[in-house]
Amino acid sequence: MTSAPLAERRNPELAALAAQHGLSVAGSRPGLMDYIRQTWRYRHFTNAFSTAGVVAALGHHRLGRMWQVLTPLSNAAVYYLIFGVIIKTSRGLDKQTFLAYLCIGVFFFTFTSQAVQQGVQAITRNLGMIRALQFPRASLPISSTLTQFQNLLASTVVLIGIVLLTGQPVRWEWLLLVPVLILQTIFNIGLAMVMARIGNKITDLKQVLPFVMRTWMYASGVLYPATLFDKNLPGPLAHIALANPLVVYIEIARRALLVLPKKEMVLTWHSLTILAVGWAVVMGIGGFLYFWRGEQEYGRG
Amino acid sequence: MANLFSVQAEATPARSRPQKGRPTVIVDDVHVVYRVHGGGKRGPRAGSNNPATAVRRMFGGAESSRGTTEIHAVKGVTFTAHEGEAVGLIGSNGSGKSTILRAIAGLLPVERGAVYTAGQPSLLGANAVLMNDLSGEDNVILGLLAMGFSKQEAKDRLDDIVEFSGINERGNFSSLPMTTYSSGMAARLRFAIAAAKLHDVLLVDEALATGDARFRKKSEERVREMLDGAGTVFLVSHAINTIVDTCDRTIWLESGVLRMDGPTDEVVAAYEEFVAR
Repeated sequence: MTSAPLAERRNPELAALAAQHGLSVAGSRPGLMDYIRQTWRYRHFTNAFSTAGVVAALGHHRLGRMWQVLTPLSNAAVYYLIFGVIIKTSRGLDKQTFLAYLCIGVFFFTFTSQAVQQGVQAITRNLGMIRALQFPRASLPISSTLTQFQNLLASTVVLIGIVLLTGQPVRWEWLLLVPVLILQTIFNIGLAMVMARIGNKITDLKQVLPFVMRTWMYASGVLYPATLFDKNLPGPLAHIALANPLVVYIEIARRALLVLPKKEMVLTWHSLTILAVGWAVVMGIGGFLYFWRGEQEYGRG
Repeated sequence: MANLFSVQAEATPARSRPQKGRPTVIVDDVHVVYRVHGGGKRGPRAGSNNPATAVRRMFGGAESSRGTTEIHAVKGVTFTAHEGEAVGLIGSNGSGKSTILRAIAGLLPVERGAVYTAGQPSLLGANAVLMNDLSGEDNVILGLLAMGFSKQEAKDRLDDIVEFSGINERGNFSSLPMTTYSSGMAARLRFAIAAAKLHDVLLVDEALATGDARFRKKSEERVREMLDGAGTVFLVSHAINTIVDTCDRTIWLESGVLRMDGPTDEVVAAYEEFVAR
């Protein structure tokens, strides 16, 4: 599918006729600026579609959108049961703080994990719509990520409750949640766009993803502190492990919500800021460009 | 049938409109190929769900055709349509009529050749996909937003569209999920949403065949309104009467190949002879 031989096969007379009357090639990829403008113009659709995603997923349940809160709550309860009551491990933190610490890791990781797993199906699940209506396809991975963002917001409400219940003080640092949520969302949108394009080509990817995501989870210090990487890995490897975007976003969220002893922290605020912003910018822009390059492919069976 | 013939009489002056205005759609040697993974050729060795074949497929790369079924739906079709033309597309099931409309609308990528269009053609299909878990109203809003209407425009049109679809004639269905709709109601709502927009090039795909007789009459009127406003109309239908009533020119596709292109009377006559055989 290179464009050069495709153009050669075209009838030059018809192409000239088309050019003479100002006709454009149907389904051709718009220019980048045009595409950005279009995507912005369709923001209401993107937004409505993301809410539709939540409603469609939960609407036929008796408790409906209550599950947005109940699911993270049940997750937290399971972790409390296993780590708080049965195993009684707390990795150097007191037991209650460790529960909040765990929940932050799990909820923020789930956001990216779900964004990836929904993103990979963003094109393939909506083929009917793509074949029937003309809209910038970028709306699809963006709205599937925003659906997950709405879920995370519900989780965050649960999280605040847990943090308060575990006896943490209300602090100004909590406001750091706002930038970290925005940055992680941008990162996730970029990643979802990459996954959407690849998933459109290689449908088997969907089957492999759960394993990839589980590996990523273990590499992100979700169930244990990322300080373990610092302690147990040789220098250069530890640096790579700590540059993991999820380590960064989870670490910021933990430091924002919890008062942690110094020895349980990884990375300085300085490097956390650079990494958090850097990942969002690189993934956000890169993902959008990568997705845009494939715009004319979406919709083929 | 009575209304079809009466409408035909009214439509006659429109059919004598000068043709060969500015070209609005140029289709140049277009090929469209659908690729389906895992669709199997039958036979002891070709079973594509066979693990060995699957592994070979993975390492053969995306270009290897093993285990990927290619459906060559349109094979080199060329034609040009002009302003003021209503073009009918006829042919047996699976002849590529709907596929070529989607290619003109830019919704399906072409494998070879090119499609040139004036502006953005709009496809009015009976099968525009809606989300069944959502209410009719939510679907109207979502559909309108996806067609490029602003939030306010979508809100303003909501009542008209629900009214036109007639889904509220037996209770307040517009606020219920679409899973509760009969298939006719869902089809009517889809049509009502799709018909909310006008364009230079209008592609109508079997949309007239949905709903009961009363709704069919209403929707034919709506399409006729659009015909007056739109520059070029393409119409896919198995109801030959609709084509004869509406179109000056007809293209007959068979197995993805253009079989005949000319005045509706001649093409329809040849097609009917072919079908009768």
